Amino acid sequence: MSVAVTIETIEKRFENFPALRGVSLDIQPGELVALLGPSGSGKTTLLRLIAGLEEADRGRVLFGETDTRELSLRDRRIGFVFQQYALFKTMNVAENIAFGLKSRPRHERPSNDEIRKRVRDLLDLVQLPGLEKRYPSQLSGGQRQRVALARALAIEPRVLLLDEPFGALDAKVRKDLRAWLRELHGRTGHTTVFVTHDQEEALELADRVAILNEGRIEQVGSADDVYDHPATPFICEFLGEVNKLPVKVVGSQAFFGDRPVLGGLSQNQGGPASLYVRPQHLRIVDETPLALPGTVEHLRRNGPLRRAEVAVEGLKKRLEVDLASQVAPAIGERIRLRITHGNLFAAA
Amino acid sequence: MSDATLPSASAQEPRRSASRARGESPVVQVILIAVSLVFLLLFLLLPLVTVFVEAAAKGWEAYRAAITEPDAQAAIQLTLLVAAIAVPFNVIVGIAAAWAIAKFEFRGKDLLISLIDLPFSVSPVISGLVFVLLFGAQGYFGPWLQANDIKIVFALPGLILATVFVTFPFVARELIPHMQSLGSSDEEAALTLGASPWRVFFRVTLPNVKWSLFYGVLLCNARAMGEFGAVAVVSGKIRGLTNTMPLHIEILYNEYMGAAAFAVASLLAGLALVTLVLKTLLEWHYGDVISASRHH
Repeated sequence: MSVAVTIETIEKRFENFPALRGVSLDIQPGELVALLGPSGSGKTTLLRLIAGLEEADRGRVLFGETDTRELSLRDRRIGFVFQQYALFKTMNVAENIAFGLKSRPRHERPSNDEIRKRVRDLLDLVQLPGLEKRYPSQLSGGQRQRVALARALAIEPRVLLLDEPFGALDAKVRKDLRAWLRELHGRTGHTTVFVTHDQEEALELADRVAILNEGRIEQVGSADDVYDHPATPFICEFLGEVNKLPVKVVGSQAFFGDRPVLGGLSQNQGGPASLYVRPQHLRIVDETPLALPGTVEHLRRNGPLRRAEVAVEGLKKRLEVDLASQVAPAIGERIRLRITHGNLFAAA
Repeated sequence: MSDATLPSASAQEPRRSASRARGESPVVQVILIAVSLVFLLLFLLLPLVTVFVEAAAKGWEAYRAAITEPDAQAAIQLTLLVAAIAVPFNVIVGIAAAWAIAKFEFRGKDLLISLIDLPFSVSPVISGLVFVLLFGAQGYFGPWLQANDIKIVFALPGLILATVFVTFPFVARELIPHMQSLGSSDEEAALTLGASPWRVFFRVTLPNVKWSLFYGVLLCNARAMGEFGAVAVVSGKIRGLTNTMPLHIEILYNEYMGAAAFAVASLLAGLALVTLVLKTLLEWHYGDVISASRHH
């Protein structure tokens, strides 16, 4: 299959700040890709570069076989949805959606009837039928977001780019729109790239997630890939809460102090390392082998689960442990923890 | 100026609780309101009323004669002509400057912003003198201009230059904060949708700032017609030729033709009133937009 968008070793500086430092990424046709990273990681810059709103200092972006440096913004045919939607306040919904079509040179412009029909179809598609005459100020955040999407889709874009598409919405609307966008993408099949700093959003929505840190892509992969097999400690920490244990690897076992805590290792690199363990990968056990003794110091609610903070001798930070379906221990109780899954990174 | 947009007629109950919250006694409130009302009456309303009363003092015929007299007519026409050239010029340059400052980052931007304010901080008389020094007979370009038979000082071009200089900040200053608060994403959205730069400007940028622009034009126009100091220096006060309305009024007054002076003055005052009414209407209807542009 041919590639929809190819990003080749892009570098971009702002003043003295290197926003992107050699980023490469291939995006397949019809794919839904998330650019995930903390603020300042360069994800929005990368999105704007694909759109042509920024120019790269080095490297290039290809659409199919075409070098985008040869394309004007109009010819790029990008559907860009801005963070605050950037709907035209002085135009109603229909005029907003029709703007792209009406901006075409006269000989390419559809007739007014066609434009009207297209606006109607798009409003149906984004489930806002009949709102043609409303002004952006009369819409809710979620509605604005969907009008912005309809406006971007009106020009039949090659690529749909969304900058923090749910950033400005409250939690409930976010969840609904997320599911809706996933479904819409399934139906229309546009090649889509979106930027987010919310790892949950990226993992839930995207076919593939590209994780950026300090201007570099640290890992690209499916949600399962990046979550279960994080390539770097940064990714491990960024994708969710994690406990960090300094260990020493000997043979196929990791030792915390002189106590073996995790076995069956295949990496087998040996020497000092950091073991990253998520709260849900710690289980309270009765038997002693490969177990870490500790004292429950605090219990709290964490969404649907209960969370215990367990002090372990030789460790400054308390371990966070999810108590799934277990009977909760009492505060002060001594328990043993088994690590069911962990990620090992050689100590820097 | 934006104080007018504050809701003044708030309900009784919230006002009382608000005053409690501020810890001011009702007596203080009454005194403050009385002081400002008396000030407004004495210093703003009374002079305005006086202008119209004095203008009408010698009856309708005298009033008509004063404003239809050829010199007065020439002054009115000249004032309108100067404003008709200076205001559009400042609108175009003001939009360009505001655009440059609000949408681009460049070296010297702070300097440009201060320069735009310069006409506000310089005495108008000095503004006028500058043009005399540059283009007057003894000025830097004077000999060359004379050799080529171009008249700037003591002629229409000088009046226009001085007026443009003095009234330049009004449009730009209204637009800059508004455009800055809007950012560039609307324009970027329009560009990605395939619009040409002209279409972006006329369909997106201009409609977004139209009320601030209108407000700026209004203030610019009021000042352009009312400007005295700078114009007085470059005009030379040639009756029927280079006298604008404010200059004509002064001459009449100096010649003890009080009623005639006030008659012409009433026209200018009328213009001020129209400006005030339009401005109030604008703030009333679009107060949120305009005040938003001022507070950011």
